[in-house]
Amino acid sequence: MSTILIIEQMLNGLQSGVMLFLMAAGLTLIFGVMGLINLAHGSLYMVGAFAAAAVAGLTGSFVLALMAALVAAALAGAVIEILVIRRLYDSDHLDQVLATFALILIFSEGTRWVFGSFPLFLDIPDALSGPVTLPGGIEYPLYRLALIVAGLLVGVGLWVLIERTRLGIQIRAGENDREMIAALGVDISKLYTLVFALGAALAGLAGALVGAIQSVQVGMGEPVLILAFVVIVIGGIGSIKGAFIGALLVGLTDTLVGIFLPELLKLFMDAAPATSAGSAIASMSIYILMSLVLIWRPSGLFGARA
Amino acid sequence: MKKLMLATAAAALATSGALADVKVGMITTLSGGGASLGIDTRDGFMLAIEAAGRDDVEVVIEDDQRKPDIAVQLADKMIQSEKVDVLTGIVWSNLAMAVVPAATAQGLFYLSTNAAPAQLAGKGCNANYFAVSYQNDNLHEGAGAYAANEGFKNTFILAPNYPAGHDSLTGFKRYYGGELAGEVYTKLGQTDYAAEIAQIRASGADSVFFFLPGGMGISFLKQYADSGVDLPVVGPAFSFDQGILQAVGEAALGVKNSSTWSKDLDNAANATFVADFQQKYDRLPSIYAAQGYDTANLLLSAIDKADVNDDAAFAEALKAADFASVRGAFSFAANNHPIQNVYVREVIKEGDIYTNKIVGTALENHANAYVDDCKM
Amino acid sequence: MSRETLFNAALLLGLLLVPIWALLTDEPFTITLATRAVILALAAAGLNIALGIGGLVSLGHAVFFGIGGYAMGILAHHAQGFTPLMEWPFVIEGTKSMPVIWLLAIVVSALAALVIGLLSLRTTGAYFIMITLAFGQMFYYFAISWSAYGGEDGMSIYVRNDFPGLNTLAPIQFYGLCLALLVVVLVFSARLRRAPFGLSLNAARQVPARLEAVGLDPMRLKLVAFVISGAITGLAGALFADLNRFVSPTMFSWQFSGEIMVLVILGGVGRLFGPVAGAVTFVALEHVLGGLTEFWHIYLGLILLGVVLFARGGITGLIAGREASHD
Repeated sequence: MSTILIIEQMLNGLQSGVMLFLMAAGLTLIFGVMGLINLAHGSLYMVGAFAAAAVAGLTGSFVLALMAALVAAALAGAVIEILVIRRLYDSDHLDQVLATFALILIFSEGTRWVFGSFPLFLDIPDALSGPVTLPGGIEYPLYRLALIVAGLLVGVGLWVLIERTRLGIQIRAGENDREMIAALGVDISKLYTLVFALGAALAGLAGALVGAIQSVQVGMGEPVLILAFVVIVIGGIGSIKGAFIGALLVGLTDTLVGIFLPELLKLFMDAAPATSAGSAIASMSIYILMSLVLIWRPSGLFGARA
Repeated sequence: MKKLMLATAAAALATSGALADVKVGMITTLSGGGASLGIDTRDGFMLAIEAAGRDDVEVVIEDDQRKPDIAVQLADKMIQSEKVDVLTGIVWSNLAMAVVPAATAQGLFYLSTNAAPAQLAGKGCNANYFAVSYQNDNLHEGAGAYAANEGFKNTFILAPNYPAGHDSLTGFKRYYGGELAGEVYTKLGQTDYAAEIAQIRASGADSVFFFLPGGMGISFLKQYADSGVDLPVVGPAFSFDQGILQAVGEAALGVKNSSTWSKDLDNAANATFVADFQQKYDRLPSIYAAQGYDTANLLLSAIDKADVNDDAAFAEALKAADFASVRGAFSFAANNHPIQNVYVREVIKEGDIYTNKIVGTALENHANAYVDDCKM
Repeated sequence: MSRETLFNAALLLGLLLVPIWALLTDEPFTITLATRAVILALAAAGLNIALGIGGLVSLGHAVFFGIGGYAMGILAHHAQGFTPLMEWPFVIEGTKSMPVIWLLAIVVSALAALVIGLLSLRTTGAYFIMITLAFGQMFYYFAISWSAYGGEDGMSIYVRNDFPGLNTLAPIQFYGLCLALLVVVLVFSARLRRAPFGLSLNAARQVPARLEAVGLDPMRLKLVAFVISGAITGLAGALFADLNRFVSPTMFSWQFSGEIMVLVILGGVGRLFGPVAGAVTFVALEHVLGGLTEFWHIYLGLILLGVVLFARGGITGLIAGREASHD
C-alpha cells in the first residue's frame, strides 16, 4: 500500500471528522450550556440540506444556498427552542430524550410532506468542482479540501466567539454557574435561544456543505446524529475542544479502519471472508472506540463532570 | 395508510361475471426514507387496475414503514381480517423474506413487484409465489455480461455488506469472468465514499461496478464524478432510477446501467404505460412503477382465466403470463421467475430531465441461476 | 382502592376481554394486535425496572430484545433445518420448544446485561445513555454482517414454536400465553419493589450516600437491577420473534430502543402498570393513526410531545393523579 494512498485516506478521515465537528460543536454547546440532550439535532442538519437544495434549485447560487441553510436551520432551532425545548431545561434527561425523539418524527415526516419522497439535488459549485493535484502527486477533490478549510475556519470562529466575546463570557458562565449569570443581569432565556439557534445553524451548515456531495433525503440526519453523539461522548460532553478532538478521532478511525482492516485480515485468511469480516468489524469500530474511551475515562477525554 | 380502492366499470360483469371477486393486499413502503419506491410501485399497480376498470378486484393498501415486523403484522392483518386472496407490493428483500414464506404456507398467492431473493428462487420456491420483477441477481448478471462484452479486464467491484450486496457481487462475477482489481464491502447506509474512491484510484482498475441502492448510490456517483477518476462505471438500474436520477444530476450522465425495463422500450404496452402514467401522476415512471403495472396486468389476466380459490388452476393461469408486458417478451421459468431480456441503458439528458435510453442488450431471454434447485 | 389500582385493574380486565371482543366483532386481527401490545409491554416492563426503580436511562435495551429474538431464531432455524447448532466439543441440537427457548433467551440476555452493565455503570447521566446506545449499535452492525443467520435479511421461522399442551398457532392461545407471562412479570416486579432489594434500589437512585452509609454498594444493586431488566426484555424479544415468526437486525436498532423507552414514558415511569398502559396506547395509536394518513408520524410526534409537556407521569399519571403511591 503506497504512502500516497495512506495520505489521501488520512485527508478523507480529516474531512469527515471536520464535518462531524460542525454537528458535534452545536450538540455539545447546547448540552454544556443548557444541559439538554437534543436528539433532534440531526433534523436541523436535514433542514439545512433541504433549504440549501431548494434555494440552489431556484437561484442556482451555492452561496445563497449556504445562507439559506444557515438561516433556515437557525430559525427552525429558535422556533423549537421557544415552543418546546425551553420547557424541558428543568426536566430530567428522560423527558428530553422523549420530546426530542418526537421532534424527529415531526421533522422527518413534515419535510417529506413539504418536499415529497424523492431525494433532492444539490451540486458542488463549479468553482470548487473537480480534483486538484497536491504536492507529492496526490489528486484530491478541491471541494473536500474546501470542506476541511471551512470546518477549521468555523472551529477558529467558535473559539474566538467563546473566548473573546461578551456572548462567549455569558456562555462560559452559563456552563459553570446558572445562578451567577442570572445575577449578572443577563436575560437567560434570550441567551438560551441564541445558543440553541447557533448550534442549529452549525448543524444546518454541515447539512448543506455535506449535502452537495451526498444524497439530500429524508432521514439523512439520523446516522450523523448518532456519530455526533459518539463524538461528544468521547470528547467529554460540553467541551468544544473535546468535540474537535473527538470528531477527528472518529472521522479517522471510521475511514482508516474500514480501509486497512480488511487488508490486514487478508494476511491471515482468504480474501472473501477477510473483506466481509473486516468491514463488519469496521462498522463497529467507532462504537468500540467509544466504549474503550468511556471505560478508561467515564466522562470522556475532556469532560468536566464525573 | 389504508385505502380501499374499488375499480369501477360496467364492462366487468360482461367479461368475467362467473368468476369470484378477488381481494388484493398491497404491503409497500409509503412513509420514511424509502417511500419513493413504494409510492411508485403503488401508483404503477393502481394505474393498471384502474385502467382495466372493473369492479371484481378490490385492493387494500398498507404502509410497512420499511420495517419487517410491521410488514409481518400487516400480512397477518390482511390474511386474518381482510381475508385477501393475493398479496403483493413489498420492495425490500428482507421484508419479503419475513412475509412471503408464511403467506404462501397459508395458501395465499404472492406476486412480487420487486424483491426476489435467491432463497425464494431455489430450494424455497413455491407454486403460489411469482416474481414478476426479476430474480435479484439478474441485473447484476446483466452488468457482468456487459462488462465482459466491453472487454473490461480488471474491474473494481463494491457493494454494501449485507445479503443483497453479497448476492450482487456474486451475480456480477457469474458473467464477468475477468480479473478483479478489488472487491470491497461498504457499510450499509454509508454516505461517504471518499475512502473507497481513493482505493479505486490506487488499484489500477480499468472499470468499476457498484451496487449501492437509494441514497448510497446518489452519494457515490456525486463523489465519484468529482474525484477526477474517470474509469467507466456500470451498475444495476437501482441507482439510475427515474426517481433518483434528478438528485444525482450531471454526475450520472453517460453512465451505463443494466435494467429489464426502460421508458423508451419499443412496444405498444410500454408506450401506453408511459403516456398514461405521465398524464395521471405528472412525472416519469420508474422501473418500480413498471413492475407494479406489469404485476397488476398479470393478475388481471389470471383472474379472467381461473378462480382464485382454485389454487392449481389460478397458479397455472398466472404461469401462462398471458398479458402484454411493458418489458416486451415475458414468460416464467420453471421456478416462477421471469425469462426476459436484460438491457444496457445509458443516462442521458432530455431537456431538463435526466433519464435513460437503451443502448444494447446484455442478456437475451435470461432466466436465473436457481431454476434447477427449485423442486415444486 | 386508589385510582391507580382501579385503573390497573381496568387495564388488565380490558386485556382479558380482547379475545371476546375480537370474536364478537369478527376481527381476529385484534388479537394479533393485542399480542403485540402485550409483548411490547413485557419489554417495557423490563426496562421499567432499570429506568423506573433504578433510574438507569438505558437507550440500548434493544440489545436484549434482539438477543432474545435471535435466541429463538437460531434455535428454531437449526431445528427446522435439522442441522445441529454445534458439533464440537459436544452436539447441541436446535429446538422448537418455547420453554427451552425462553430459558436460553433469559440466560443469554442476562449475561449480556451483566457485561454491558459492568462496563456502562462506571458512567452516569448522559454518558450512560450514550454508552448503552453504543452497545446497541455494535450488536446492530454485528447482526447485519452475521451472514450465517441471514445478515440484514434476518431469518424466517415457518411455524411458530411449541408449548406443551397448547396450539400456539391459534392466535387466542398464543395471546393467552403472552398475557400470562406479562402477569407473572408484573407480579414479580410488584414484589421486587416491596422487597428489601427494591427499597434499597430506590434509595440508591435517590440518596446513594445514605445507602453507602449502611454498608450497601449502590453499584452492585444497580447492576443486579440492570441484569433482571435485561433478562425480562430478552424474554419479550423471544416472544416477539415468535409472534412474527421472524427475526432481523432491526430488533437491535436504536430506534427500537427509543420506542421501548417511549412506551415506558408514555405509560408513566416507575408505575407498575405504566408499560402496559404505554404499550396499549402506542399500538392503538399506530393502528388508528396509520389508517388515517400517510403522514401519521407527525401526529404521533405531536401526541408524544403533548405527553412530555403537559402530562408528566404519563397516561397513568394523567388518569390516576400524579401523587399516587408507587404501588
